Amino acid sequence: MSIPLPVFVAVPLVTAFLLPIFGERGKRIATLLANLATASLLGLAIAVIGKSGVYEIGNWSIPLGINLVLDGLSSLMLLVIGTVGTAAMLFSARYMEQYTAKAKYLSLFLLMIAGMNGVVLSGDIFNLFVFLEIASIASYALVGFGCGAEELEAAFKYMVLGSIASIFVLFAVGLVYGNTGSLNMAYIGKAIQASGLNLGLTFALSLFIAGFSLKAALVPFHAWLPDAHPSAPAPISAMLSGVLIKTLGVYALARILFNVFGISLHTGWILVILGLTSMVAGAFLALGQWDLKRLLAYSSISQIGYVVLGIGLGGLILARGGNPAWASLALLGGLFHLANHSVYKSLLFLTSGSVEMSTGTRDMRKMGGLGGKLPFTRAACTVASASVAGVPPFSGFWSKLILVIAAVQAHFIWVAAVIVFVSLCTLIMYLKVQRHVFLGELPKTLKQIREHRGAMVVAMISLACLCILMCLLVIIPSLRSSILDPAVKALVDGLEYSTKVIGTQ
Amino acid sequence: MLYALCFLLFMIGLYCAITKKNMVKIVIGIMVMEYAVNLFLIMLGYRTNGIAPIIGKGDLNPETGQVLSSFINGSVDPLPQALVLTSIVISLGSLALMISLCIRIYGKYRTFDITKIRRLRG
Repeated sequence: MSIPLPVFVAVPLVTAFLLPIFGERGKRIATLLANLATASLLGLAIAVIGKSGVYEIGNWSIPLGINLVLDGLSSLMLLVIGTVGTAAMLFSARYMEQYTAKAKYLSLFLLMIAGMNGVVLSGDIFNLFVFLEIASIASYALVGFGCGAEELEAAFKYMVLGSIASIFVLFAVGLVYGNTGSLNMAYIGKAIQASGLNLGLTFALSLFIAGFSLKAALVPFHAWLPDAHPSAPAPISAMLSGVLIKTLGVYALARILFNVFGISLHTGWILVILGLTSMVAGAFLALGQWDLKRLLAYSSISQIGYVVLGIGLGGLILARGGNPAWASLALLGGLFHLANHSVYKSLLFLTSGSVEMSTGTRDMRKMGGLGGKLPFTRAACTVASASVAGVPPFSGFWSKLILVIAAVQAHFIWVAAVIVFVSLCTLIMYLKVQRHVFLGELPKTLKQIREHRGAMVVAMISLACLCILMCLLVIIPSLRSSILDPAVKALVDGLEYSTKVIGTQ
Repeated sequence: MLYALCFLLFMIGLYCAITKKNMVKIVIGIMVMEYAVNLFLIMLGYRTNGIAPIIGKGDLNPETGQVLSSFINGSVDPLPQALVLTSIVISLGSLALMISLCIRIYGKYRTFDITKIRRLRG
């Protein structure tokens, strides 16, 4: 195929290893280069929208060689990673001046992006594991980047649980190889279709679910997230909450369950239950938080529950042999919520970074009345809060609406009720943020603060605009049919993935 | 039998990583899990009295140039060895990072006991 897919991995990887050369002196050049790299990735991701193809590395034909596969779901994920990566990188241009060793930070950042792009493109499970490890190890280091006591503690916790998850995935890869004799997803899919699940494969499937759920921080595997995400520097929190848990967790889970093993009633129910518990538990835990970033982190768990619920509901309807239209609708809701959440949650973390940089604290009880001092931050935060709570014109409303419609049509009325209820809890928690951070009386200690302008504001405002414009993705048919529908189709087709990959050689 | 022992090793590692209070022991537990999985991968490709999977001149059919079936049936599977090599490199990287995190945490808290390292709550 003509699309040179390895550039998605090669560009950030090469730039990442170039950057440390510049050191402390060439910080400006390094920042510029890193921003160029993320911007070019976004451009490339836009260029491959609607295309699909298989790339064989080194011209070794599959199953002998390694292949990269681009389909609707991968290209949606590439777009999300590109968008959030560009904004977070722009934000860090100014924000990371507080820390030393900026060039090393930038190269770790790019390594993480390289790993994530690799995960979404990889066509065989062992490479999926390798890229997953690249992205995870870079993120462990980034969480502890501040080297304070709390950062290190969070990084260690994250690293222990992340490593266990990775080992589970590797064990499952070994089991799958032992049972099917192939590492290529398409060939594994075929072998499983031919022979059905035996004991080893079922065990591998449960290991995959446990490993990827740990990476996605679904309740009850969520213990690391509320520590790790707030401790990281703000742009990294935005990347972790915005895209990392989705690519390493949700995307990988969906790919393995739908396209390799084939969705069944059991796995569908597991996803729905994981999604529902994450939604409810995340929302309740978030309500009691006073640390701004910790609240956002718990809300991430709750929102990732929506995504998994949508995907699981779609799978459940498919496995029951129900109406494929409602299955597609549920999947559409899940994937659209994934894209929405990555935009508004990264925006919220960026605004929290801006607040923290100006005030020097994350405790909401010590803030208040910042609206007048930080006008741009406040505007961006209001838009993002409205989106996450699902206030009508903003993006979050549309994806939740789609999820509710799908749940009602598939006769899961109680699921729809839970969705609406959690939405209310979300509204309460973001009203709390608005009330304690931006409204109220300005404490005396914060009279002198000012907003940091420049690149940070540009990044926040562009993401805020995106929040408002995201609804066009479902409203305008041509946009929907080029971005979201192929992603949904990739999941609905399920096991036909293998014939698509092998057939398009 | 061997697979069961390998799985036992994996469970011992998991037990150690979950129940131990000392950070260094947790790291050791994770590494035991890692090695159990590596051992498992190697055993997948192992064959008793197998030969090295390197094709020499004698292993080819002189007429067709195809690899002889006696070679295919006698050699061990090379793919798991490649996988293990990769996964050892990865685990080395994560081990280095984990140990350096432990050292830095010890520098801040003056203890390896995770029950005493609890500034984050909630």
